[in-house]
Amino acid sequence: MSDFLHQALTREPEGAPHWLHQRHRLGRHQGGQQALPSRRDEAWKYTSLRALEEGGYLAHPEAPPPGSDLGQSFAIADLDAHRLVFVNGRLDASLSGGASLPAGVTLVPFSRASTADAALIHSHLGSLADGEKQPFVALNDSWLGEGVFLRVAANTRVTTPIQLVWLTAPQSESFALAQRLLVVLETGSEVAVVEHFASTAAAQNVFTTGVSELVVGANARLHHYRLHLEEASALHIGTVHASLARDALLNGFHLALGSPLKRIDLVVRHRGEGAHCELNGIYLPRRQEQVDYHTCMEHEVPHTSSEETFRGIIADRARAVFNGRIHIHRDAQKTSAHLSNRNLLTSNTAEVDTKPELEIYADDVQCSHGATVSQLDANQLYYLLTRGIPRQDALALLSFGFINEILNRIQHEPLRHHLQPQLAALFGQDPEFARDFL
Amino acid sequence: MLSIENLHASIAADSKAILNGLSLKVLPGEVHAIMGPNGSGKSTLGHVLAGRDGYDVTSGTVEFLGRDLFAMATEERAREGLFLSFQYPVEIPGVSNMEFLKAAVDAVRGHRGQEPLDSVAFLKAAREASKAVNLDPAFLKRGVNEGFSGGEKKRNEIIQMMLLQPRLAILDEADSGLDIDALQVLAGGINALRSPDRAIILVTHYQRLLDYVEPDFVHVLAGGRIVKSGDKSLALELEAKGYGWLEGEVA
Repeated sequence: MSDFLHQALTREPEGAPHWLHQRHRLGRHQGGQQALPSRRDEAWKYTSLRALEEGGYLAHPEAPPPGSDLGQSFAIADLDAHRLVFVNGRLDASLSGGASLPAGVTLVPFSRASTADAALIHSHLGSLADGEKQPFVALNDSWLGEGVFLRVAANTRVTTPIQLVWLTAPQSESFALAQRLLVVLETGSEVAVVEHFASTAAAQNVFTTGVSELVVGANARLHHYRLHLEEASALHIGTVHASLARDALLNGFHLALGSPLKRIDLVVRHRGEGAHCELNGIYLPRRQEQVDYHTCMEHEVPHTSSEETFRGIIADRARAVFNGRIHIHRDAQKTSAHLSNRNLLTSNTAEVDTKPELEIYADDVQCSHGATVSQLDANQLYYLLTRGIPRQDALALLSFGFINEILNRIQHEPLRHHLQPQLAALFGQDPEFARDFL
Repeated sequence: MLSIENLHASIAADSKAILNGLSLKVLPGEVHAIMGPNGSGKSTLGHVLAGRDGYDVTSGTVEFLGRDLFAMATEERAREGLFLSFQYPVEIPGVSNMEFLKAAVDAVRGHRGQEPLDSVAFLKAAREASKAVNLDPAFLKRGVNEGFSGGEKKRNEIIQMMLLQPRLAILDEADSGLDIDALQVLAGGINALRSPDRAIILVTHYQRLLDYVEPDFVHVLAGGRIVKSGDKSLALELEAKGYGWLEGEVA
């Protein structure tokens, strides 16, 4: 029986710090009691794990050959950021650095954590991401070697973003990586974190399991970007778990290009009154690729709010899945929760499965959801054609316009200016031109 | 410039005839006004000429600058110099007005064998056009017509016309819903585009616009064909008497 999960769980982590051994054991134990999900599991009904099972992604990551120019693969012009770059899972000091960090900020790779850091990491790691019912979290635990710990002390505002790059380059054998992020924002602090998944331009043979835990303290503000901009062969299954204390704010932005398997689960727990989450996302599978987002807003206490907007453009024979759950607990009166998911199919063979799921146990709440699947608007197309714009360009403009509305919500300007032309180029526009005006 | 002969057109979905033997000749430099009651086919005429899907041309011919208009795709007609200003300009959120304008200008200039404008020259031209119709250049950065008021949309149409420099401009109810100040600004924009080698067709329900943009000819469209033509005094007569007195001529 070629159960990928159980084979994978036997893989020993290499070079992991000793204080993670307990987590490895926990992951192996919890993962061992579960099976790889199948299409019979509701949460995996529309996403097949075949690419993972058949790909034999079990080799350990190696350092890429020296001398390769990796900086180009993740450069974001004008982004003044403090950067940590991991290449095939290993910290690359020469690519890392950038803007200095103010006092009160701890930013350490697990491999360089002091005893005191390790103790702090230990106290938070796994507090949100639980491998007991999530086999890929258990797998991540069992493999865990490198990761990032970010802690911002109370009332510290970090003005430059922190960019965490997970870059991959192909190896001789298909390999697997565990990525991990733990963010702890103390009361009244603020920071922007960019989780940036990138790769070299060559065809990738990597499977990455990512787990991010975001602990947002009272009155703290976290701007969290998670960008999946890998080459189209890179497999990824990731989860992001956030917990919001009283009056905390999480502003999340998610972006995913497609691949044979790309699945991201987002869980946001509103645990303190006044907590607010804004979540925006874009997915763009093409050719035969796939992207699957499962999101869940947990409103656990009164007076919390969430505003969630995801849009996808599905082209060619690609397929997207969006599952947006809103769970309003019994005591969570005066919750305001809104979810919108719109999809644009640009070919007859593209497919999307979108499902909003509302579970509401409180009676005094405001809640709305909407999901649409559409094609390009004939009237808009006609308008562009009457101005002489070639049909192909008009289609590209309209497709890009559909997601550009969401890109315009990115508050951090250099990031927006980086993504807009890059994504516009996917739709066949002249990137230089787009950069001038967008 | 434009020669319409006995044009019949119907709505494809239900075969309902809208244009019933319409004929019209427009020469360079002329300004024609086409007036008529609601439902007479005024807007259909503009869209049939511009090339909107959903209409069947059942008979008749249209020549534009010596070419068979219906042999050309919508975008090709535009590049040849036909411009339709929409009664209801379309909102396209997410596509910046500036980007849209540049794509259109590039396409039309390319067709004419002109070099594309560089960004700086284009920005300058776009700002000047927006100033000419008294529209804050900030609107150039917004989504196409997104959240524009009725008057702002109409002025955005005129900006497009200024940048595209068409040979024949058809303005479909450019004046409807505008207050007198906005109307004057709009008329100023249209008058600035009058030239010996350009023709303009004003499609309108009201005579008021014609006080500011003086037409050479006025036509009454009723029942899908032109039932009366005259000079600008016809517009005043229509304003005074309404369209009822022409009903007899429709049948």
